[in-house]
Amino acid sequence: MLLFVLRRIGVMILTAFALTFIVFYMTNLPPNLEKLAKSEASVRMDDAAVASWLERNGHSGPVLGRYAQWLGVAPGWTLTAEDGTVTGRCITRGTDPATAPRFCGILQGNWGYSTVFKATVADVLARSLGATGWLMVWVMIVMVPSSLLLGVLSGMREGSRTDRVLSTFAITTTATPEYVSGVILIALLASATAGISPILADWGWISGKTLFPGTATAAMDDITFWNFFLPVMTIALYGIGYIARMTRASMTEVMTQQYIRTARLKGVAFRQVVMRHALRNALIAPFTVIMLQFPWLLNGVVIVETLFNYKGFGWTLVQAAGNNDIDTLLACSVVAVFVVLVTQLISDIGYVFLNPRIRLA
Amino acid sequence: MTDTPWDPSKPILEIDNLSISFFTRLREIPAVMDFSCTVMAGEAMGLVGESGCGKSTVALAVMRDLGKNGRITGGSIKFKGRDLTHMTEEELRHIRGSEIAMIYQEPMASLNPAMKIGAQLAEVPMIHQGMSKDAAWKLARQIVADVRLPDPDRIINAYPHQLSGGQQQRIVIAMALMSKPALLILDEPTTALDVTVEAGIVDLVKDLGRKYGTSMLFISHNLGLVLDVCDRLCVMYSGEAVETGNVGEVFDKMRHPYTQALFRSIPLPGADKNSRPLVAIPGNFPLPHERPQGCNFGPRCSYFVEGRCNAQDIPMFDVPDGHRHESRCLRFAEIDWSTPPAVAKTTEKTEIGRVVLKLDDLKKYYSVGSSAFGGGTKKVVKANETLTFEAREGETLAIVGESGCGKSTFAKVLMGLETATSGQIMLFDENVQSTPIQMRDTGTISKLQMVFQNPFDTLNPSMTVGRQIIRALEIFDYGNSDEERHARMLELLDLVKLPRAFADRMPRQLSGGQKQRVGIARAFAGGAKVVVADEPVSALDVSVQAAVTDLLMDIQRKNKTTLLFISHDLSIVRYLSDRVMVMYLGHVVEMGTTDQVFSPPYHPYTEALLSAVPIADTRVQKQRIVLEGDIPSAVNPPPGCPFQTRCRWKSRVAGGLCEKEVPPVRTLDGGHQIKCHLPDEVLASMEPVIKIAAE
Repeated sequence: MLLFVLRRIGVMILTAFALTFIVFYMTNLPPNLEKLAKSEASVRMDDAAVASWLERNGHSGPVLGRYAQWLGVAPGWTLTAEDGTVTGRCITRGTDPATAPRFCGILQGNWGYSTVFKATVADVLARSLGATGWLMVWVMIVMVPSSLLLGVLSGMREGSRTDRVLSTFAITTTATPEYVSGVILIALLASATAGISPILADWGWISGKTLFPGTATAAMDDITFWNFFLPVMTIALYGIGYIARMTRASMTEVMTQQYIRTARLKGVAFRQVVMRHALRNALIAPFTVIMLQFPWLLNGVVIVETLFNYKGFGWTLVQAAGNNDIDTLLACSVVAVFVVLVTQLISDIGYVFLNPRIRLA
Repeated sequence: MTDTPWDPSKPILEIDNLSISFFTRLREIPAVMDFSCTVMAGEAMGLVGESGCGKSTVALAVMRDLGKNGRITGGSIKFKGRDLTHMTEEELRHIRGSEIAMIYQEPMASLNPAMKIGAQLAEVPMIHQGMSKDAAWKLARQIVADVRLPDPDRIINAYPHQLSGGQQQRIVIAMALMSKPALLILDEPTTALDVTVEAGIVDLVKDLGRKYGTSMLFISHNLGLVLDVCDRLCVMYSGEAVETGNVGEVFDKMRHPYTQALFRSIPLPGADKNSRPLVAIPGNFPLPHERPQGCNFGPRCSYFVEGRCNAQDIPMFDVPDGHRHESRCLRFAEIDWSTPPAVAKTTEKTEIGRVVLKLDDLKKYYSVGSSAFGGGTKKVVKANETLTFEAREGETLAIVGESGCGKSTFAKVLMGLETATSGQIMLFDENVQSTPIQMRDTGTISKLQMVFQNPFDTLNPSMTVGRQIIRALEIFDYGNSDEERHARMLELLDLVKLPRAFADRMPRQLSGGQKQRVGIARAFAGGAKVVVADEPVSALDVSVQAAVTDLLMDIQRKNKTTLLFISHDLSIVRYLSDRVMVMYLGHVVEMGTTDQVFSPPYHPYTEALLSAVPIADTRVQKQRIVLEGDIPSAVNPPPGCPFQTRCRWKSRVAGGLCEKEVPPVRTLDGGHQIKCHLPDEVLASMEPVIKIAAE
């Protein structure tokens, strides 16, 4: 087991290198760098000026070398100007070059400087990941239990009325993308002119103009039921349908297995058949799907965060991509790769506990 | 459990005019009609019939577990005097598992893969007797020991996948016995198991039945097993009971044409492919919604009389001077049951020609890495060890052994799906041992073909039958034009006795036997000289088996084909093969002509194998030799002789030689080869396992 985990971590690190290198290469393509130079220095630079700016800021040289510097396995670049001042990757402006460290890549904790947010990438990431983390926690709390319940209930008696009703619900929610369900939810619950809010306001049941606020910006500082309900529900609804369908498929399959018949003919009551015999076997397949939802959530929150103006990871990613913020983009991809790989590792390990037939060695 | 005390002299189970139908969107499909049978206390009742005859449906109806589509449309099932057909779910739940228990065909599928054995067993008394968890686990441990499993403490804490098939079936039996039921339903309990394991299970079931006085409903398609286990038997055909009575009476004095035809189509000792061939039942099993008027067996019956047998529904008649012996035949009193079957045609023994296939010291080892990333210790599975033999033109060489003995690996190596580790395979004058199938030329491929075990999976479901045969012809480079190939395809259909119209049919429209005929046509498309038949009839029903076997023999005679017949069914091997090779754990333990192998001196494994095969003949007396334990794993074979762990003769070899050395191959009189350390005088003292008592 330990050996398996170690090996998986080794593979993970390799994958992470490969993926970050690809992102590094793409974001550091010459046209991108030219755009960066023009936005940082002057829009009206000619080609020669651009080239010299790039050289002065350490963006020239072979791409592998720059990747190594970014990682922190090669010494950061330094440049001595004609007037004798030394600039370099690791030298913060205004400090003595002699005291600066030689290496400063992400391995040393230096994630770079965000050109959009005018702050270090580490700060930007910490803030946005924190915000998205809370969103994910609440989505999972809402989504996982309710979807498993829906799936198990509809799968245990295939074709029954409960199954049809619940399946219809699940298909509807999963067929509605977030940008549609988000807009519908806002129109229904958070609009002063449409949906139920005006009626409730007329009756005097709510003090404000709308039942729920249309943005979740306030939740950045203080999460309440009111400011977090809409973004959480928008994401969760889609996932509920999806996981419920998976669980149902798995459950219906398990219910036709011979060992379920064995249990039934042992005289086990239906409830116990479902709880003791079917459930654990039926959860094996959805478990992987649930673990896959984490990376999906991390990257899929782009729309919802933009819609509700919640400054999390997705929102940051959009901003960075839109403004050619290379360091932030790179950092975001590192985080995404990391989350994908870690959740997959967890799902493989969890599998072993659910399914005794699988042994890791 | 019952409210009123139940009188033990009354029947435990009384099924009366039971009718069961399955309802689909299109129509009602009657699965069982007018079925009656009675099981007395302590009695074992056998239900026999071919697949689709409704025997399992009856069992599930007793359990009242027919699924959503199935419904009991008439009649009653009385268990200890109470009608099961009118019980509520709650009442049924109290009877299931505690008073009626069931044992299933596939033990692996019947056990919950994610629950420990102990938990699955303990559940039964916890539900029905309200036993505490500790007490229930203790009882589970005791019953596990009762079904003769070694190391019960380890087993109750194991998961099902950690046990072998035979052990799993013992667990299913233990589960059924947890609350000492009055009636045990066994649905083909040994079909998925090897013969020597089957013999152990059957012994266990019989002993337990005696010990606890449990009544049994034993469902099987294997007449030999029924003879072994049951007191009474009920033969079913197409949803009806056609004959019921004491086992002895039905076997020796059958009074229904179907029962008679069934017995004539199975290879019993004495049958011979040349002088006394099997008599196949003509025609096909009727589909449930296409049953004929009157007698269901009418269209296939040789005693059929137009206007009488198909005039009206036929009830069960009592057979005079029988003991509760009944038959569903109008003419049973008129038929002379003692006439021997009209011998279809006796044929000349085929001449054995020159050597076409020669194996010399063939070995096939697999190395099993412990993980996908490499690392860990490499293990070697010795699937085939030093195979040396010859096969001649026109000869049938049977390869016999239980699962895991390496017979399928050998087939793969021969076909070129795997390459040999060392040794030689000479096909005609060509070395093929290290040529994988992709590298073999068309001539070699078409000369060496295979008939597969499962005809249901080996035909492409989306290609017509004719197209599949033509495809084979194209691959074998047969003919110059499509017309030529088409003509040849029709000839091949004639060869396997399928109507030419079948060329345009899809595989799903064919029955199992017909599909296997297509498989045979495909194998012989390129004029195959050597055909490997890997259990070609084991997936088919008894009555169809005879016809398919017959066909194979026929084609062999015509083409002088060498047939390598891989099988675990010794009855059929005895019937059709010229020479037999017995394999155990990758070793050939015995080889010789059929007569040599089937009579003493035996290799101890062959002796056990012969003793384990159930034979459906009341005249046969068998010596019972039950092998202990399971086949050792090929990853970790025992030192010395592969069979020494289960051999009952081991003590007769001096000096513990069996545990130290692999025995050499010894050649006895007439080229009979045995791989055994036993001294000559012990071999000579062996008695025949199967004796046919004088009439």
